[in-house]
Amino acid sequence: MPSPPVISISALGKTYASGLVALQDVDLDIHPGEIFALLGPNGAGKTTLISAVCGIVTPTAGSVRVNGYDIRRDYRAARAQIGLVPQELYTDLFETPWDTVRFSRGLFGLAPNPAYLERVLRDLSLWDKRKDMIMTLSGGMKRRVLIAKALAHEPQVLFLDEPTAGVDVELRRDMWALVRRLRDSGVTIILTTHYIDEAEEMADRIGVINKGRLILVETKTELMKKLGKKQLTLHLLEPLTAIPADLSGWALTLANDSADLEYVFDASAEQASVPALLQRLGELGIGFKDLTTRQSSLEEIFVSLVSERQ
Amino acid sequence: MNPALTFNYHAVIAIFRFEMTRFARTLWQSLVTPVITTALYFVVFGAAIGARMGDIEGVQYGSFIVPGLIMLSLFTESLNNASFGIHMPKFTGTIYEVLSAPVSAFEIVLAYVGAAATKSVLLGLIILATASLFVPIHVEHPLWMAAFLVLVATTFSLFGFIIGIWAKGFEELQFIPMLVITPLTFLGGVFYSIDMLPAGWRTVSLFNPIVYIISGFRWSFYGTADVSIGISLAATLSFLLLCIVLVWLIFRTGYRLKQ
Repeated sequence: MPSPPVISISALGKTYASGLVALQDVDLDIHPGEIFALLGPNGAGKTTLISAVCGIVTPTAGSVRVNGYDIRRDYRAARAQIGLVPQELYTDLFETPWDTVRFSRGLFGLAPNPAYLERVLRDLSLWDKRKDMIMTLSGGMKRRVLIAKALAHEPQVLFLDEPTAGVDVELRRDMWALVRRLRDSGVTIILTTHYIDEAEEMADRIGVINKGRLILVETKTELMKKLGKKQLTLHLLEPLTAIPADLSGWALTLANDSADLEYVFDASAEQASVPALLQRLGELGIGFKDLTTRQSSLEEIFVSLVSERQ
Repeated sequence: MNPALTFNYHAVIAIFRFEMTRFARTLWQSLVTPVITTALYFVVFGAAIGARMGDIEGVQYGSFIVPGLIMLSLFTESLNNASFGIHMPKFTGTIYEVLSAPVSAFEIVLAYVGAAATKSVLLGLIILATASLFVPIHVEHPLWMAAFLVLVATTFSLFGFIIGIWAKGFEELQFIPMLVITPLTFLGGVFYSIDMLPAGWRTVSLFNPIVYIISGFRWSFYGTADVSIGISLAATLSFLLLCIVLVWLIFRTGYRLKQ
């Protein structure tokens, strides 16, 4: 029997006082221990969705339960289980990492636990900087401080809003490794990102949000399989002037001054069509010196999904 | 956190300690500056001008102005500390953490306002000690004096908390303290008894709520007052009640805190 969802969002809606509809009828279950990536263009509603779950934005419709606790009625129990790392570097610049994580732990209703906080800071390579003022730390370090603050109260669910926005490649890799370690320790991770490769690299499931609506939720592998395209490119021995009528059963196009023959097909489609194509080409005496294949990236799938619904 | 917990005292302590640490970090601005300013008032009004003034209601002029000067600092510091304390997290964005924490509105107010009021009471007592170096001071009703100190510090800290939430920027943050409270305080009997004013101006002064607060506090020192102590107490409590209602409305509606 599957575990009950750690977060259950039902018919969630948010309309701001200005009339802007930021969320519409969002239904989503997050399973324990998964990494869930929420993708969407700017202004799609990603941050509003996170803010609504965390209590920063008041929803105008629907409900959210965290481990069964309603975020409004049982807000103490619900919020105690959530850690939030905001997109912006919101930190108290005159505080030290040590003081600020102690503050966060207390704020979430837990008694001091220096040993646990030391472990968190060490895990995030912040221990040596624990007595430095946050204002003296680099951008990457400040982001780690925010993560340390979010982890200070031992949350079961961690929201990461654009965790690698504006950080260098090395730090992004570090962040990804950290997120995996957190998941391995039992924390459920929900992250929003602009970087499709980030979702592709890390997520177990992916949700795509656009104009406040959650338009798709799939496991990453299912998504790639269902919506991904494969492309076979044959580099011909002799350029073709036109695609022979005998090949009309395949969606073929000529490229590279007719020197290449391209075949694009669904990743989930019957794979036998490729051997059949190659066999037919042989029968027609169309030779090729090389062939390459590629599968569409998540980015291409995302762009296609969002543009379809514009 | 225990889900059954009904009072998040760890959070109250965390916010309170954070605010007191900020106070300690800016000790010069928070404590030394008001003490020096008040000492200068004593030099100017107590020694230089006060020596040429007669007693007021049987109290030497330098001693007469002590309660008013303490209140002047108390108003200013309560408003500044509390408004800055809640406005800064809003300004820097760190308020997200408080809003997403398992903390009730009451606990947030208790921590921020409690810290601001504590700082103000501390400052008031230090100014009282400073004043005693310049002029003779007699506190006729010490318990009432302490009660007024705490009550006024709490009320104005609550008012400051409201200003801190209402203000969209630092200009608005200073608007009410500088352009409303300070003039009302100077016209509220810090340096004189309103009985010294012509009848017309005396009547006008009675519309100034600060008059009642300063009068009540001065009564706790010297047993004399411009208005009766009961009215002073009622006026102060009414203002406290108004601030409580406004804070309740702010959290109920999320005004300028939550969208």
